[in-house]
Amino acid sequence: MVKKSVLKIVTAAALAVGTTLSAFAADPIKIGSVLSVTGPAAFLGDPELKTLQLYIEKINKEGGVLGRQLQLVHYDDGSDAGKANGFAKRLLDDDKVDIIVGGSTTGSTMSMVPLVEKAEVPFISLAGAVVIVEPVKKWVFKTPHTDRMASEKVFDDMKKRGLTKIALFAETSGFGMSGKKETEALAGKMGITLVATETYGPKDTDMTPQLTKIKNTAGVQAIFVFGFGQGPAVVNKSYKQLGLTLPLYHAHGVASEEFIKLSGPAAEGVRLPAAALLVADKLAANDPQKPVTTAYRKAYNDRYKEDVSTFGGHAYDGLMIAVDAFKRAGSTDKAKVRDAIEATKGYIGTGGKVNMSATDHMGLDQTSFLVLEIKNGDWVLVK
Amino acid sequence: MSALKRHYALIVLATVLLLLPLVLPNNYYYDIVIRMAINAIIVLGLNLLIGFAGQISLGHAGFVGIGAYASAIFPTHFGWHPIFAMLAGAAIASAIAAIVARPIFRLKGHYLAMATLGLGIIIAIVIKNEGTYTGGPDGMPVVALGLMGFEISGEKQWYWVLAATLLFSFWASKNLIDSPFGRALRALHGSEVASQVMGVDIVRYKVAIFVLSAFFASLMGSVTAHYIGFVTPNIADFFHSIELVTMVVIGGMASIYGSLIGAVLLTALPQALSTFEGWETVAFGSILMLCMIFMPKGLVPTLAARFGRNDGEPR
Repeated sequence: MVKKSVLKIVTAAALAVGTTLSAFAADPIKIGSVLSVTGPAAFLGDPELKTLQLYIEKINKEGGVLGRQLQLVHYDDGSDAGKANGFAKRLLDDDKVDIIVGGSTTGSTMSMVPLVEKAEVPFISLAGAVVIVEPVKKWVFKTPHTDRMASEKVFDDMKKRGLTKIALFAETSGFGMSGKKETEALAGKMGITLVATETYGPKDTDMTPQLTKIKNTAGVQAIFVFGFGQGPAVVNKSYKQLGLTLPLYHAHGVASEEFIKLSGPAAEGVRLPAAALLVADKLAANDPQKPVTTAYRKAYNDRYKEDVSTFGGHAYDGLMIAVDAFKRAGSTDKAKVRDAIEATKGYIGTGGKVNMSATDHMGLDQTSFLVLEIKNGDWVLVK
Repeated sequence: MSALKRHYALIVLATVLLLLPLVLPNNYYYDIVIRMAINAIIVLGLNLLIGFAGQISLGHAGFVGIGAYASAIFPTHFGWHPIFAMLAGAAIASAIAAIVARPIFRLKGHYLAMATLGLGIIIAIVIKNEGTYTGGPDGMPVVALGLMGFEISGEKQWYWVLAATLLFSFWASKNLIDSPFGRALRALHGSEVASQVMGVDIVRYKVAIFVLSAFFASLMGSVTAHYIGFVTPNIADFFHSIELVTMVVIGGMASIYGSLIGAVLLTALPQALSTFEGWETVAFGSILMLCMIFMPKGLVPTLAARFGRNDGEPR
């Protein structure tokens, strides 16, 4: 009698162990994501989601990571930070994801940060502002360049041309306002004087009043526009209309083929900082970023029949850094994965070369930005 | 017995709120219920204005935004206690509502809708542009809400705070509707001329109810800000206003239960549909459209009429 029940228990235990083991082996690695696929920030979330889906599918076909498949759990916050916060709880408490790659805007990222810090889950953000990684937060990383880096690159190029008195023309969007703040803080340090500062609304259709004001300000040597989308193209047109000849600079937000198409001939001579992704075909053959950027462009083009944007590239980098960290950690243990992400060294992505450290959770430096000039409707590298 | 009958709905709601934690599996579900409660409280106030008094407001998210940003700005930039900040926000929202109400309520129908819409948009623009204080479009963090050394943190504590608040506003709304004030509101909804003839000071009542709903919206804005710990201008924008009005309309105008049902449904639906892979917006829109085609009076009034019960709703 006793023997029988012992046998039963042993069999039951063996079965239980067996099932948990097999369940463990088949369990996918869960990658959580909250992206702004709809709403005003859809231009960020849409390519990001497409990129994540494309590459997770691809990685799974090639056998997954650590012998496990990847599973993407994604939600659309509709460009609303309050909703992003709710979905982050869902990812952490209900879906129990192993890592979060996402957060299209700075607002939605920052609304998720306190949650991931508390839940101690690694989080790779795809949003731009410096505040995400400064001060350093233990569980939070990011892949895109910051607006400060863009301004630095532009100021460097201006100084090379002997331009030190400039007008700043910023958009009243999140991107533009954050850029304005960083640019204003940086100007003094880099020996640049802002002699005029104007703003425009993202949906304005005519910028001649502000540009006329800039034109009539004494001593302006160049104009630096900080904006994204159609606004900067309208700036170009108004600028040509007024017959301005001052050197015109834009920020990294306009680095897309669309910008040249929208501006038409008014884009001639415009300079801007950009990641290598956009000019993948113009990089030198021995450039370390050449293989990864051309491969990503091709994969994305083949699948979706549309041009790549740097934002999709940020998602690609985020996913690859995560996958790399899983491999080096040898498990999905959250603390180990976090340490592995922090130890990322020499990863070559679409955004540049990433070297993370305990004090730098972005890992990109100035060399990851190139200065481009638009000539005959195409990008030209400025040496 | 009569007391039991009179408070029947209140007791049911209290029981549901008490028992809910037993079936909520994790923080995420608490989170949804908390958001439902926050929306329900705003919608209760808004329904008094739209459903009972018959005055539309397409700018209510503006008041939510004022509360949220008062709770964000005063403690962060001026070192105020969060409770004072919350009350200050509610006072500011009420004051703005009181000041603009008189000219605005001279308007009717589409013009009233336009004016309230403008008000909401102006508030949203101010929040977006005063970057030095509000953090601009990227938003700003909010300190935790504490009282006498005790800090509300975590979903479970917030749940009880909001359950109590919801119960209170449900009770208060029901009482208000059955008071002379509520009868006057319904009278002016029916016919302004007739109620004026009967001695109802219609301007005073319209202003009072507008201020009251703005007050509640602002308080809930503060609660949202403290609960999430971060605010962005989205909270004050036009789409949020529309969302609130939709909750009123779907649930049922001039129905207290309708406010609850509307808030619960429209908070839960996007979550339930989020697995639809890009079709969630389409599904959401279709559901709303079908509701409006087949139940133009809103869920609760239509169903109550269908099953021939009044459910103690005031008519």
